[in-house]
Amino acid sequence: MHLPAFRFGKPYESIERTKLVHFLTGEPVAEVSQVGGALVGRDMQKAAKAREALLTLDPEDVVERLQTAGNLYAHGTLTVGDTKQSPDDFVKQQSATTGLPETLCRANMQKNMFVLANMDRMLDALSRGLPPEVFWKGYGREHRDVVVSYQAQSPVLGLVLPSNSPGVHTLWLPVIALGVGLVMKPGGQEPWTPYRMAAAMIEAGIPSEAIGLYPGATDVGASILASCKRSMIFGSAKTVEQYRGNPGVQVHGPGFSKILIGDDVVDRWEDHIDLMVESVAVNGGRGCINCSAIWASRHTEAIAAALAERLGPVDVLPPDDPNAKLAAFTIPGAAKAIWGQIEGGLAAPGVSHPTDKYGPRLVEGERCGWLRPVVAHCSSPDPVIAKAEYMFPFVAVVKCPQGQMLEKIGPTLVGTALTDDPAFKRALIDCTEIDRLNLGPVPTTKLDWLQPHEGNIIDFLYRSRALQVPAGAGVA
Amino acid sequence: MSTDVSAKNPVFQVADDAAVKQARATLDAHAVEMMAWHFHPSTGCPFWLEYAKSLKFNPVTEVKNYEDLKKFPPFEDEWLRGGPVTRWIPKGFAGQPAYVFETGGTTGVPKSRVNMRDFRTDYEQFSDTLPEEFFPRGANWLMLGPSGPRRLRLSIEHLAQHRGGICFCVDLDPRWVVKLIQKGWMEHLEAYKQHCIDQAITILEAGHDVKCMFTTPKLLESLALGLEKRGTTIRKAGITGIFSGGTEFTPQWTRFAVEELLDGAFMTPTYGNTLMGLAASRPVVPADGYTIAYYAPQPRAVIEVVDFDDTNTVVPYGGTGRVKLTTLTKETFVPGFLERDEGERELPYAKYPWDGISGVRPFRELASSTTVGVY
Repeated sequence: MHLPAFRFGKPYESIERTKLVHFLTGEPVAEVSQVGGALVGRDMQKAAKAREALLTLDPEDVVERLQTAGNLYAHGTLTVGDTKQSPDDFVKQQSATTGLPETLCRANMQKNMFVLANMDRMLDALSRGLPPEVFWKGYGREHRDVVVSYQAQSPVLGLVLPSNSPGVHTLWLPVIALGVGLVMKPGGQEPWTPYRMAAAMIEAGIPSEAIGLYPGATDVGASILASCKRSMIFGSAKTVEQYRGNPGVQVHGPGFSKILIGDDVVDRWEDHIDLMVESVAVNGGRGCINCSAIWASRHTEAIAAALAERLGPVDVLPPDDPNAKLAAFTIPGAAKAIWGQIEGGLAAPGVSHPTDKYGPRLVEGERCGWLRPVVAHCSSPDPVIAKAEYMFPFVAVVKCPQGQMLEKIGPTLVGTALTDDPAFKRALIDCTEIDRLNLGPVPTTKLDWLQPHEGNIIDFLYRSRALQVPAGAGVA
Repeated sequence: MSTDVSAKNPVFQVADDAAVKQARATLDAHAVEMMAWHFHPSTGCPFWLEYAKSLKFNPVTEVKNYEDLKKFPPFEDEWLRGGPVTRWIPKGFAGQPAYVFETGGTTGVPKSRVNMRDFRTDYEQFSDTLPEEFFPRGANWLMLGPSGPRRLRLSIEHLAQHRGGICFCVDLDPRWVVKLIQKGWMEHLEAYKQHCIDQAITILEAGHDVKCMFTTPKLLESLALGLEKRGTTIRKAGITGIFSGGTEFTPQWTRFAVEELLDGAFMTPTYGNTLMGLAASRPVVPADGYTIAYYAPQPRAVIEVVDFDDTNTVVPYGGTGRVKLTTLTKETFVPGFLERDEGERELPYAKYPWDGISGVRPFRELASSTTVGVY
C-alpha cells in the first residue's frame, strides 16, 4: 500500500518513501511518500483556492456532506492511497503502526464519527447560534438583529499532527464546515486518520481542492507553520514553549490533566475510584486529557493504594485482544528510556510506588516496549514526578492542603473538581491554570464537544470585527 | 548494508577497465610525488615535517602508491583548529600570498585551511565540467551563498572571472543561521533568509545580465518561490545555469527542483568542502531516479566510501559507508580524513573513471547533533 502526498486534489508520488512496519512483526504495512518543505511552500501560494472551492458550496450542504463523511469514515470502504480500505483494514493498519490495541482504534473511530455526525450542533454551539452564512459571506445579521462580521484569518488551517492518539483529530474536524481548507502533515506513525478522513470527505462531496496532505520530515512542519497564517501543532512541552505567544499557532502539548478532590468530599474518595481509573487509563492513557495527577489533602496513600490495586495488574495483551488496554511504544528503546526517567522520579524523597508490588512495569519486546500502569504517591507537590505526564496510564497521587492546591497545580488542560464547597468552586472557576473545568464527577476524558477545547476554534480562525452598513441598507 | 539499484543496472556510462586502471596509475604516481614534496625538508610544511618524526615509516621512501597512504594514522580534524596557521604552509610556497579559509566555528575555534592557489585550481578544473549552453562564457554570476571566511565566496568569484564574467555577491553568515536554528528563533531565521533573497532578487532585477549562479538548495527554493510570488521564475529572471551545493541533495528534492522550481534552467549539484575542494556530479536524470552521484577531483582529492567499523576497507559497490577523504595537493596533504557524511559507493563513470558516492547525507551517528541551516 502506498500513501502519496495530496496536493489540493492532486496525488503526488515522491521518490522518497518511508516504510511503515508492524510494531510486533516488522512486516511492511505501507509506504508513505515524503515531500519537502519547499513543495509545501509552493502549494501554499495557491492556498486561497482551497477556501474559494468550499465557498462555492452552500454552508449547510457542507455540514451535510461532513455528516455523510463521518458515516463513510466509520463504515465505508474507501480508496485510501492506491488501496481499497475497509474499516477493519483501517483499524488493523492503525494498530500495526502505532501500537494501539485495536479496541482503542475502534473507539477513536467512533469518537471522530460522533463529532462529524453532530457537526451542525457543534457549529451552532461554538458560534453561539450564528447563521453559518456569516462565515461564508464575512458578515450577516444575528438573531438579535445586529450586524456581525467574522473575517477569515487564513484560507487554510495548517496541521502538524501527532502519532500518539487518533482522538486528537476531533479538534480539526469542524474546520471545513467553517469554510477553511486543511493542510495536514500526518503523524509519522499515524497517517491513517488524516488519509481516511480526507478520503471520506472527498467521497462525500467536499472539494478535493480544499484538502492537502503533506507527509514528510520536520521541514514540512516548519514550512506549514511559516506559510499558513493559522496552524495547529501537537508536540512536547518544548514545542509549547517555542510557539507560546504566536497568535498564528495554536499549540497542543502535554495536558497535565488532573482530578482535584476538595476537603468536603475527600473522606468519600472510594465513591469516585471508578472515575479516577477511567480518567487515568482510558485510551491507553495516551491522551492529553488523561488524568496524570490526583490532588487531595488527605487519604492520598489509600487512594494511591486503591488505584494501584485496580491498575497495577493490567498487563500487556496482543493488540487484537478485545481486552487489550495498553499501547506499545513502537520506537525502539523508548519504553526503556521513559522507565529509566520514572525510576529516577520514584527514587526521590517523599515518593513511593504502590504499583511496585504488582510486578515489573517495563515489558520489553523484540522490536518495541510497553509500560504497565504506574501509580506514584507524593507526600507533597514538590517531587518532580508530581507534575509528570507520560503516554501510558501514569498518575501521581499528590498530598496537598486544599488552600495551596490552585497555586501549585500548574497548567491543567482538564481539571475535574470533586467538591461541593462554594468557596472552593469559586476559586476553581477563577483559576486561570485550568482550561476545561469539570465541576463534579466527570472523568477528565469525557469531553462535551459542544464546548470549546483549548480555545474556541472559531476565535482562532476568524476575527470578530465591526462592519457597518448605512442605515436601511440590507444585510442578507 | 543496503544495495543501490544503480550498482546493479547502471543507466550511466560506466568507465571501462582500461580507463580505471590508467586513473589509478595516475593517482599512485601522484601520491608518491606528493610525499616527496610534503616530507622533504625544503618543501614540506612545519606540521608534517614535525609529525613525520613520530611515524614508524618514511613517507618519502615507503609510500609507493596510493594504498600505502593507509600507513598514516587517521587524520584528526582537531589539528586544524587554532594557530599558528602558518605551520600548514609548505616551505616550497614560502613568501607567496596566503589565504585562510574556515569551516564550522558557530561556537569555539573554527577549523582552518591555508590556501595559496588551490581554490583557483580546483574551480578552474570544475569550470571545464560546466556545459557552455547553460553556463556561457562571459556571463555574469550571482553568488547567493555563505560569505565571510569561507572558501566558496572567493572561489565562485574566481570561477566567474575565469569564465570571463563578473560575480555579484550577497552577505550570508552561516554561523548566525546555525545559531538561530539552535535557539529556535525561527521567525528570525525566516527573516534573515528573506533578507538574503530580497538582495538576490534586487540584483537579478537590476539589469546586470546575470545568467549563472551559485546557491544552496534551501536558498534556491526560497529564491524560486520568491520569484514565483512576483509572477516570474528563475529562468525568466535570466538564469540559465545553477551550480548548487553546501547542503544535502536528495533525489526527490532534485526532481522537485527540476520539475517545479527551475523552469528549464540547468542545475548541477556538487559536493565539496574546504578540505577537499569540489566534487562534480554525473548528469542527474529521471532514468537514474534522480540519483546524485559525486566524483572527487582525482588525483588532487580522493573520496572513498568505507566500512563504518573498518575504515581502511571500502564497502562493495552500492553499499553504504562513511566518507573518507584524502587531499593530495602541493598546498595541502590530508590523509584519510573521516568526514561527517555517509553515502553509497558508486561505480566509476566514463568521464570520471574512479569511485563515486551517492546519497550523501550526515553520518548517522553525528546526524542528531548536526544543524543544517540555509547553508
